[in-house]
Amino acid sequence: MSVTKDDVAYIANLARLTLADDEIERYRNDMNRILAYMDQLNQVDTSAVEPLTHVYAPETVWRRDEAQPPLSHEDALKNAPDADSDYFRVPKVIE
Amino acid sequence: MTLPERVSAYFDAIRARNGEVNAFVRTYEAEAMAEAESVQRKIDAGTAGPLAGMVMGIKDVISEKGRITSCASGILREFEAVYDATVIERLKAADAVLIGRLNMDEFAMGSSNEHSIYGPTRNPHDLSRVPGGSSGGSAAAVAAGFCDATLGSDTGGSVRQPAGFCGVVGLKPSYGRVSRHGLVAYASSFDSIGPLSRTVEESARILEVIAGEDAHDMTCSRKPVGEYVAATRQSIRGLRIGVPDEYFGEGLDPHIRTRIMDLVARFEADGAVIVPCRLPHSAYAIATYYILATAEASSNLARFDGIRYGHRAAKLPAGDESALLRLYKQSRSEGFGTEVKKRIMLGTYVLSAGYYEAYYGKAQRVRRLIQEDFKRAFSQCDVLISPIAPTTAFPIGEHPDDPVAMYLNDIYTISANLAGICGISVPAGTHPDDGLPIGVQFMADAFREEDLLRAAAHVERIREA
Repeated sequence: MSVTKDDVAYIANLARLTLADDEIERYRNDMNRILAYMDQLNQVDTSAVEPLTHVYAPETVWRRDEAQPPLSHEDALKNAPDADSDYFRVPKVIE
Repeated sequence: MTLPERVSAYFDAIRARNGEVNAFVRTYEAEAMAEAESVQRKIDAGTAGPLAGMVMGIKDVISEKGRITSCASGILREFEAVYDATVIERLKAADAVLIGRLNMDEFAMGSSNEHSIYGPTRNPHDLSRVPGGSSGGSAAAVAAGFCDATLGSDTGGSVRQPAGFCGVVGLKPSYGRVSRHGLVAYASSFDSIGPLSRTVEESARILEVIAGEDAHDMTCSRKPVGEYVAATRQSIRGLRIGVPDEYFGEGLDPHIRTRIMDLVARFEADGAVIVPCRLPHSAYAIATYYILATAEASSNLARFDGIRYGHRAAKLPAGDESALLRLYKQSRSEGFGTEVKKRIMLGTYVLSAGYYEAYYGKAQRVRRLIQEDFKRAFSQCDVLISPIAPTTAFPIGEHPDDPVAMYLNDIYTISANLAGICGISVPAGTHPDDGLPIGVQFMADAFREEDLLRAAAHVERIREA
């Protein structure tokens, strides 16, 4: 199984990245080398093994249903690239 | 020396050498001096907290309210944390003085500290060498004498391997021992925050403060916090030390092997019980890790969209796609570095339709086999001993074209994160050829940090003897 330039472009779109042509070629090359290395997992018989999703048995953690002070409006907007006094601002999305 | 005098001396050392080492990326001298004076008054009054006198730096991936928390990434270059991570709250409450922010591989992805918007950190023992990564700044700052101790994060070895390369102590607690609240996520099922310091006892003191349940992190365990400092003073007589075959095989520098085996002999002479053991799925750990960690990273880093925080592209390219989609893509492409993009791409690939079961599902199953290897081993022994890395610190720029070669550096550290167990790197002398530090690693079962620290402190007793 080998990753093509089209595959890289398809994955880049899913990942919301724009890649230049030379980057597509570099990532194609690197991904193929890394994925070839990963293919060694096929040597392991896992037909009777359940996937591990938590390293230890998760316990349900309860807390009191009490209101805690939330992040202030000012703090929530502090790092926004563009905001007015109440909201994040984004480019026009309805064309 | 009083605490203000010590803090002042550390800032002198930073001024003298940080330019070449590049460990600290921002320091806060005036605030640190004021804090030192305040803590000194508490010390004089006998009301100081358990970490009074500890002068610390923080890896730039852990939120400190009011300070830039950039993750060494262009996408968070100007991001100011709006709350303290739980570990920071606890350090402050314990009267540690926090003096600045430390360099790292972007988003904690890397083993060399070469992937940073601030440029590489250099190994204080040899400036042409890497300090290891991703907590390279955290390790180099301790080794260079810029502070007493630091916090790093360890997702596949990122505290332990740089500690080994820089000749300091680095502790990765068990998954769930320390709250991750306020740690910018890389791979959430692996990420652990841990201390780096010059002595095992200092790391034990810090762990006692930062460990324990947290309402903000549901994966953080409610198990009681252990008596870690007391454990460093316990005799190793009767401690069962496993020597895993797979950690001494091909690729390991012969001098490093000899040094670790010498230590095994010393432990045996001092009353430990040596147990040969096997971890048969070790060879698959790196492949398993890079599938699961990149998958988690691709999901975690989806939050960087240029809308709520972080970098937003100033100018959008023309195109058929909506302005919003172009904004996401352009902001992310400008903000993330090459290694981060590569891991996002890999993670997106292994999670994509048609490949999910072949890669992600498969790796989750092999992860269970790796964890079961450790469960079997820990039924026969209390701790495992191994090298921390196959070589000493390598030259800056050594692995630019080979993505797999860089990943192989994590071969001895990565399994602990896959299994959720704890591990520690302790200085074990220097290499006869290059004079660089050699690190010995101990690993212990989940929530058995006491055994780990008991063994680690004995290495210091051997060194001093």
